[in-house]
Amino acid sequence: MVIFRFGLLLAALLFVMPVQAKTLTIGITQFPHTLHPTIDSMAATSYIMGLARRPITAYDADWTLVCLLCTELPTLENGRAKVVEVPKDVGDGSGRGIAVTYTLPAKAAWGDGTPITTADVMFTWEVGRHPQVGISAAELYRRILDITLVDDKTFTLVMDRVGFTYNSIGDFGLLPAHIEGPAFAEDPAAYRSRTAYDRAPDTKGLWFGPYRVTEVSQGAQVVLERNPAWWGDAPAFDKIIVKAIENTAALEANLLAGGVDMIPGELGLAVDQVIAFEKRHGNRFAITYKPSLYYEHLEVPLDSPMFADVRVRRALLHAIDRQLIVDKLFGGKLTVATTKVSPLDWVHHDGLSPLPFDPAEARRLLDEAGWAPGPDGIRRNAEGQALSFPLQTTAGNRTRERVQQVLQAQWRDIGVDAQIRNEPARVLFGETMNKRRFAGAVMFAWISSPENVPRTTQHCEEIPTEANAWTGQNYGAYCDPAMDKLIDAIEVELDRDKRAALWHALQEKMVADVPDLPLFFRSEAYILPAWLKGLRPTGHLNPSTLWVETWSVDGR
Amino acid sequence: MAGLAARVLRRLGQSVLVLLVMSFVIYGLIGLMPGDPIDLMIATLPNITPDDIARLRELHGLDQPIWQRWWQWLTAALGGDLGNSRLYGAPVESVIAGPLLRSLMLIAASLVIALAIALPIGILAALRPRGVFDTLANLVAFVGLSMPTFWLGIMFIMLFAVTFGWLPAGGVPQSGAGLGETLRHMALPVATLAVATIGQYTRYMRAAMIESLNQDYVRTALAKGAGRWRVVLVHALRNALIPVVTVLALDFGMLFSGALITETVFAWPGMGKLIFDAVMGNDYALALAALLLATAVTLLGNALADVAYGWLDPRIGRGRKAP
Repeated sequence: MVIFRFGLLLAALLFVMPVQAKTLTIGITQFPHTLHPTIDSMAATSYIMGLARRPITAYDADWTLVCLLCTELPTLENGRAKVVEVPKDVGDGSGRGIAVTYTLPAKAAWGDGTPITTADVMFTWEVGRHPQVGISAAELYRRILDITLVDDKTFTLVMDRVGFTYNSIGDFGLLPAHIEGPAFAEDPAAYRSRTAYDRAPDTKGLWFGPYRVTEVSQGAQVVLERNPAWWGDAPAFDKIIVKAIENTAALEANLLAGGVDMIPGELGLAVDQVIAFEKRHGNRFAITYKPSLYYEHLEVPLDSPMFADVRVRRALLHAIDRQLIVDKLFGGKLTVATTKVSPLDWVHHDGLSPLPFDPAEARRLLDEAGWAPGPDGIRRNAEGQALSFPLQTTAGNRTRERVQQVLQAQWRDIGVDAQIRNEPARVLFGETMNKRRFAGAVMFAWISSPENVPRTTQHCEEIPTEANAWTGQNYGAYCDPAMDKLIDAIEVELDRDKRAALWHALQEKMVADVPDLPLFFRSEAYILPAWLKGLRPTGHLNPSTLWVETWSVDGR
Repeated sequence: MAGLAARVLRRLGQSVLVLLVMSFVIYGLIGLMPGDPIDLMIATLPNITPDDIARLRELHGLDQPIWQRWWQWLTAALGGDLGNSRLYGAPVESVIAGPLLRSLMLIAASLVIALAIALPIGILAALRPRGVFDTLANLVAFVGLSMPTFWLGIMFIMLFAVTFGWLPAGGVPQSGAGLGETLRHMALPVATLAVATIGQYTRYMRAAMIESLNQDYVRTALAKGAGRWRVVLVHALRNALIPVVTVLALDFGMLFSGALITETVFAWPGMGKLIFDAVMGNDYALALAALLLATAVTLLGNALADVAYGWLDPRIGRGRKAP
């Protein structure tokens, strides 16, 4: 009997202790359309690429820029970066550019053992800037005016302008010239559909991370195994399987059934879902919340007479009890936003705080702005126009729809009528926002990297119009030359202290002008097995998988 | 026999015409949807320039009128080139192959199981309408019909994967997995699809059988001394199967492209999910090929139904006119 019990105990221990430690199965909610590192930008692609590749530079979990495929981060101080003269008809027209020198790690090699060299850098640049390849995020490649190869491992990029992000080249997705070269040379226009990343993703030489892709089941899962050519610290798992399960209820059930070991915050469940999950099964998993750079806010058209008056925008903000929403709907795991600069960002202005919930002040501001309560309780202006507008968000996003209900009710209390009118994401972003066809408030989020200058969302030049082919993301049409000046100045200021002062001025202006209505910064919620250690969520665009070699089983 | 061949040929001709019209309709409808692929790209790429947009539109052919793009697609498709998927960056046929196989596995298994259960139940229930078995069969059928697929799927997962741990909660087997592992992965999605289908076919079979059993020829056969089961299975069943075959033919095409919810809940990437992604991602080539395949399957199902009618009731085959 004793032997039987001991046997049971052993069996149980073997089951919960990581028998499966050799294989880690990750469940995410999206499947990448392509595994090519630069053709398209998708969160799922970045997540999986993090296991099998490395960008040259990336922001780490402390939001610091670090070298991942270089030996030393170039700076003006260490001499690897130098301001140089460039033609005045390129870049920002100042005639100043910057030359930045990187050295690839000596042992860096593709999965088939071929060394990673500057020839790969040249090839990548050639592909990236070729107009027929169809790279969507081509800006970095276009900004590089020239590349000088110092030797097999060292190269110098000449950028067309000077900016404080001069040494950040995370978007430079290195490609293996020895594998991709022939397909590109044969027909650059057809390269997109001939790349080995999609045709033969199990080709060893495509990968150079701790893992390499060994199997892809389209739409279902990607299997990765240890890469013997990896030159860094050995990762803990022999195999990692990334399964795509879009339905979050099914994803949760898979976790409980052991079909997946973990759900990452980058592409997993919403915070409110994880809070509910934690109440039921929290004791079985390690659950972590990481404040992220997802800025949830309401965009309003400032060129509409209703929203042009800053008093109306301030009133709308005063009427929302954002802390209550955060506490009641999200268990206090989100951070109320003052502006679109995260409190975790080093440039955040700590002297500013969110506009408080104050319905009385909201009513006063609306009265002052000429919106008086009508017989039905809805405010009207002198022309009899009701303070009534659509409140939109992405249809089917349960979390946002719940927030919408609260906003509608709280605005109703001050005499504002918001009618919920949601649209599918592709319509909302592909048409309504892009082409500025919204008449009311639209709730959505921006995701950015640390110290992200809000040029595309707040500069006058970034207002989408037919003339600029609807480019730019300044959907609200906020335009103030003083703000433009601040943005322009921050971008080129290399001195950290001076830049911090500019950032503070910019945030003060944002609080004064209310270009959009800040709600909160989302948190990413990770559900991890208790035995998995070393995973550090980043909270920004660089996924935690970029440091997979630091993950371990019970710290071993 | 000649009549059957003529009917099949006529059907084929009609099918080609339908496919041609459908290709234009599908192309046009996707084109009418707000936001083209480049519009969606603009929303996610803050630094994209008007030049980039013009370049990408030209690259994807989006700078041409829709009828022109459709015509180019059609001429290439007739030459055997279905084009490349914009989303997956690969030839359409290679993108479709995997999901097509997975969908066929799911649909074939669920239909076989559903018919194997629903037809006998429907027949037995029709023998004694409002009897105990009929009442129970109706109850089961209504339960099956009224349970939402996504809910039933999750319940199956909770029961068989989470609570008992007998079956995987979802996903596809890894390559090289044996038949047993494949069947284990298929069990829950097949069961989910089958439950709803069983309810539906039980009801159709029951209703059609009751009607057949009330026909004069059945009474005549019984009066002539034919055995009860012989009358039911030989005389009545053949006629009763005609409406069931009609529904089955229509269902086959619908299941082929419409098992989206089951595929999503069980992370079983089949044609439903592929079509949804292709349409939402404005992937013309992929959406067209997948939807046309679904149309072709529906047409094929109906053509087979026509042949089956001829076998079940030769009068239909001869095309006799009603008096």
